[in-house]
Amino acid sequence: MCLAVPMKVMTISGPVAEVEDRGVRRAVRVDLIDAVAVGDYVIVHAGIAIEKLDQVEAEETLRLLEQMLSAPERPAGP
Amino acid sequence: MHLNDLRDPELVQGLAARLRARPAPPATLMEVCGTHTVTIARYGLRQALPEGVRLISGPGCPVCVTPQAQIDHFLALGRLPNVVLATFGDMLRVPGSERTLEQARAEGTEVLITYSPLDAVAAAEGHPEREVIFFGIGFETTAPAVALAIQEAKTRGLPNFSVLSAHKLIPPALAALIASDVRVDGFLCPGHVSVIIGANAYRPTVAAGKPCVVVGFEPADILRGVKMLLDQIAEGRAEVEVEYSRAVRPEGNRKAQELMAQTFRVVDAGWRGIGTIPASGLDLAEDLAEFDAARRFTVDLPPAREPQGCRCGDVLRGAIEPHDCPLFGTACTPAHPVGACMVSSEGACQAHYRYRSTENGA
Amino acid sequence: MSEDRILLSHGDGGQRMAELIERVFLTHLGPSEPPGDDAARLSAPAELAFTTDAFVVDPIFFPGGDIGKLAICGTVNDLATAGARPLALSASFILEEGLPLADLERIVVSMAAAAAEAEVRVITGDTKVVPRGSADRLFISTSGIGAIPVGVAVSGASARPGDVVLLSGALGDHGLAVLSCREGLEFASPIVSDCAPLAGMVQDLLAAAPGVRALRDPTRGGLASTLNEFARQSGVTIEVEERAVPVHPEVAAACDLLGLDPLYAANEGKMVVILPPEQAQAAFAALRAHRYGREAAAIGRVQEGAPRVLLRTALGSHRLLDRHVGEQMPRIC
Repeated sequence: MCLAVPMKVMTISGPVAEVEDRGVRRAVRVDLIDAVAVGDYVIVHAGIAIEKLDQVEAEETLRLLEQMLSAPERPAGP
Repeated sequence: MHLNDLRDPELVQGLAARLRARPAPPATLMEVCGTHTVTIARYGLRQALPEGVRLISGPGCPVCVTPQAQIDHFLALGRLPNVVLATFGDMLRVPGSERTLEQARAEGTEVLITYSPLDAVAAAEGHPEREVIFFGIGFETTAPAVALAIQEAKTRGLPNFSVLSAHKLIPPALAALIASDVRVDGFLCPGHVSVIIGANAYRPTVAAGKPCVVVGFEPADILRGVKMLLDQIAEGRAEVEVEYSRAVRPEGNRKAQELMAQTFRVVDAGWRGIGTIPASGLDLAEDLAEFDAARRFTVDLPPAREPQGCRCGDVLRGAIEPHDCPLFGTACTPAHPVGACMVSSEGACQAHYRYRSTENGA
Repeated sequence: MSEDRILLSHGDGGQRMAELIERVFLTHLGPSEPPGDDAARLSAPAELAFTTDAFVVDPIFFPGGDIGKLAICGTVNDLATAGARPLALSASFILEEGLPLADLERIVVSMAAAAAEAEVRVITGDTKVVPRGSADRLFISTSGIGAIPVGVAVSGASARPGDVVLLSGALGDHGLAVLSCREGLEFASPIVSDCAPLAGMVQDLLAAAPGVRALRDPTRGGLASTLNEFARQSGVTIEVEERAVPVHPEVAAACDLLGLDPLYAANEGKMVVILPPEQAQAAFAALRAHRYGREAAAIGRVQEGAPRVLLRTALGSHRLLDRHVGEQMPRIC
């Protein structure tokens, strides 16, 4: 568990935001997130945003993954 | 960065190859998240594990760990007059002691499948002549959404909406697993549960000597998470590390936690296969009794009965793997399931069944 | 007629029913042949294809179509899977008391348009009205007769190792379009049903590639079910390359949101084609040249082996692609 997808915030009206992913739009509650702004990506689960996606960390993750790919083989065992 | 970058086939294949080639002593890793179970099966990620490293599923499928008695309770509520049972789609085919929700529907129970518990609240508002009862299944990822729905029903003053809570909490389950006879060397921790509860919630688990890595849901995340766990094991560390750093914070989502604290109270709960785990479930708070279907309605329940020969419980606590169950693949298949682990699309048995056949002579 | 809803008397075989038939069915679908008779007559060449279907979709109107268009296209497409050109259709209606006449008329107009595109007519039909609550607005059952050109022998049992598997376009548009307006699941999207009559596309395909072995439209159960049917009927293994299967981004997004798999989603305007590799290029070109085949793709191969479908994932690993069990219900898990 659990199925949740990142979606982009398009409009905000009180506790509800319209979020979008590749053309699919849905109204979701965003009042469990601090300081959401239009253009942010939020993780959506069962109709609510559970967190804002940290874009900086996302880039860092990708960088780390690419690094994992090119790092020299680690030696076996402690 | 787009999700598609993480899904780049060359990146994923490269990571898988590196992992597979990595020398590693035998180890048993456990994931406790149905979505991880599905992703691992869907992408054949076990094929990327180094020789001798096992990845087993734990009690991460909320549908599977819900005991018969709670499913029976929900089905019994469906027989009350004017009731509409609202639920996530996952629950439709899960068997209670006597029948499934799908069978109950065929017998006349009204069922509404919703994507969000807030949709169930909207249905209650749109159908004032109906009594809408929502089945609160899921771990800490889902409980906040259900909490929002209950608060919404309260704000709107809806007299016809209630929740039967069967929510369960992950950290107490990890503690129970560690205390059991099941041997696990490290945990892949559920990314979205952790978004809510925070990475710090696993401190007790690492204090007990088990490394924890909080992992996201893309294949690349899972491969990286496994690597991070194997590194910890190889280096003799037992720490909480976060692979899913783009979404998980050490303290988690405070607002969600506060809302849960206002809406629910922590109670002892029964988990299929493990039994009662103290302080591992959620009931509605005292002052929200009118929205608690368990308190609002009285129903007769059949004696809770596990299916004959079913070993879902042992699968759920990682004591056996699906193929060790004598019913697996013979009496129990996705088309004719006996227990919840085969019924649920997130169940270890269903995932194993769909994946298993290609391992031998594919 | 001044009433705006279907009443039980519209099915009574009397004056009211005659007026309904005249005003709605005959006006848009044309007369039966010969007019007024209970049984239509037609001349047909030697080998015929014959199919029947019932349509119970909910909601009856959805983005990209309605139950009527679905009925005509579904039957035309079933005939096309035998390589047949549609000759004639029948349409039987079970109407719920209380159905707005405007809805019925809109559906019949839609059927007429779909039939015209497929160059076929509904030449006989039936109407029944049942009490409120006995049918969900309306059910339509259609049957179709088609002519199989000489030399065409298309069957799900004919796939052979080495054959290529083509798919005429992207998956899941119909299934997700219908789900997008279902209570409890609603979401906004540009997804429209792919519902379309494919007889013309199939005729073009067969002209370019007369050696086509098998054709089927992946409706309920999706591509996975169709491929499993072929594998079992022909006694072969079918291997599919996951990355080669076209899915529109909005359908992928909706599936991600609801926890569904596009490989199991329903399609109403697509064909799976199995054919010998030497004709694959010509077939591909013919599909792509047709308006309903613009996104055609080669998605797999037929192999020697036990009857099953193997999916080669984006990771390069293999997994079994079973038929699904039960309705595809949105998950949260």
